[in-house]
Amino acid sequence: MNKEYRGVWVFAEQRDGHLQKVSLELIGKGREIADKLGEKLTAVLLGYEVQNLTNSLISHGADEVILVDNVLLKNYTTDAYAKVLCDLINERKPEIMFIGASYIGRDLGPRVAGRLKTGLTADCTSLDIDQETGNLLMTRPAFGGNLMATIECPDHRPQMSTVRPGVFNVPCADEKRTGKVEVVATDLKEEEIRTKVEKIVKSLKDKIDITEAEVIVSGGRGVGNKEGFALIKELAEILGGVVGASRAAVDSGWVEKDYQVGQTGKTVRPKLYIACGISGAIQHLAGMQESDYIIAINKDDSAPIMSVADLAVVGDLYKVIPEMIKEIKAQKFSCEI
Amino acid sequence: MKIVVCVKQVPDTNEVKIDPVTGTLIRDGVPSIINPDDKNALEEALRLKDEMGAHVTVITMGPPQAERALREALAMGADEAVLLTDRAFAGADTLATSLALSKAIEKIGYDVIFAGRQAIDGDTAQVGPEIAEHIGLPQVTYVEEVEVEGKELKIKRALEDGYEKIRVSMPCVLMCIKELNNPRYMNMSDIFTAYNKEIKVMTADDLDVDKSLLGLKGSPTKVKKSFTKGPKGQGEKIDMPPVEAASFVAAKLKEKHLI
Repeated sequence: MNKEYRGVWVFAEQRDGHLQKVSLELIGKGREIADKLGEKLTAVLLGYEVQNLTNSLISHGADEVILVDNVLLKNYTTDAYAKVLCDLINERKPEIMFIGASYIGRDLGPRVAGRLKTGLTADCTSLDIDQETGNLLMTRPAFGGNLMATIECPDHRPQMSTVRPGVFNVPCADEKRTGKVEVVATDLKEEEIRTKVEKIVKSLKDKIDITEAEVIVSGGRGVGNKEGFALIKELAEILGGVVGASRAAVDSGWVEKDYQVGQTGKTVRPKLYIACGISGAIQHLAGMQESDYIIAINKDDSAPIMSVADLAVVGDLYKVIPEMIKEIKAQKFSCEI
Repeated sequence: MKIVVCVKQVPDTNEVKIDPVTGTLIRDGVPSIINPDDKNALEEALRLKDEMGAHVTVITMGPPQAERALREALAMGADEAVLLTDRAFAGADTLATSLALSKAIEKIGYDVIFAGRQAIDGDTAQVGPEIAEHIGLPQVTYVEEVEVEGKELKIKRALEDGYEKIRVSMPCVLMCIKELNNPRYMNMSDIFTAYNKEIKVMTADDLDVDKSLLGLKGSPTKVKKSFTKGPKGQGEKIDMPPVEAASFVAAKLKEKHLI
């Protein structure tokens, strides 16, 4: 393959001057890939008055940062960002380009790949280097997660992939790391930007749709009362998930019907399903057994849910969950990979 | 106004199951449907047609049986349907697919092109933006509201933590999400006319394109291998004091990248 193309690049996505977490996750993975290839890891940062973000990119593992700081890059627009990124890629020829699969990255990635006439693999969950060819191996789910495929892009460069937030861990920051920051100018003109962003509004979705959640923590009869759901909610929130419930909990009036999982409720397929104090009646199992990873917490070791679970925890949810919350908080803020 | 809507016929992945013994995909008996986000795209085009008058053409690329999806779109109210089908398109990745579609769309003509955000079988969300790039049009993804103001569109684009309001001139390409609307059902009289309507078939020969850029040959990405996650292993059970149980669970979650 053409060795004119070298090095690993990560698109360092920032919004409103804040680096997106997925960018640091990609710096971590990118570091690993760059080391396997014996190449440099470069973060590409686009924005306006965002120089202060370069330190974090370097301390988390980038060898260098390419910074394009321009008032026209203040808010993300497809035309501006695609132009600047494509110009840089055409000029400097990286071998690999990683982009976070955010609402912005998924807008930018295909636009850039389309212009460069190269391949792009969406939502990769695993990235590696083929030891024989040196090609990037990009593994991703398809068919609603039923099938996994490993994709490569053997004859085109750069090899591009997007990665969903949360797939990789944020590496530890090493404040002693040093790296080069290169400020690059762009000839971008305002009239090249064909979409005008009139305003950006932050608002939380008013209605939570449990069928779209990646993490669900459900409570059942074993929770015992409405107040107990505060604990379920706390666990759900720290995992970035939502609350679900069995029919028993809904019928008791502890939780609204919208959150019911099961045959008469909703069928869910999250990455993580934690069933707390749910015995696992067949109608509940029908609504959640396709979840990727199931944890059940129940006093009754012989409850049906325990045999469906990938991890069955025998114990009192009121004793186990508070400890889990403590432990998860501690794990979350440690950065060991 | 001339609107082109890109749709894809997909297997209903909610109905796809894994054989618990062999760990392979069971595809038999899985119904084919119009990709859900594409239905929202079609509905928005039909809404604009109802409100201000428009000619709506649906296009799909796929095997001959994808005609069914087009008939359904006609029965919902589309005026015209184009089936882009040729063995030369087989094995296309998103770049080659979007190239073929963009060339066909250029033949059809457009003021606005609608597509769904992503198809439920591939989930890439790449074909729409790549069509926009091939044609050289501005794009807006994650569209959840569209308002027409003369030659301009005012669009609400969803973000993870809110939304943005965007203004864009036609022609442009819009990728729609389900928050945009509730797709209508097929209507009785249109169902009958839909089955009498002619579906225009286009092949690689009808496009002004270098054929080496189509299908598998024109696809930069190659599938090296595919596999199912396999049957789930036996679960594990722990019975230990709460503190130890919690740290065991947290370690598992960390291992599985869930925290």
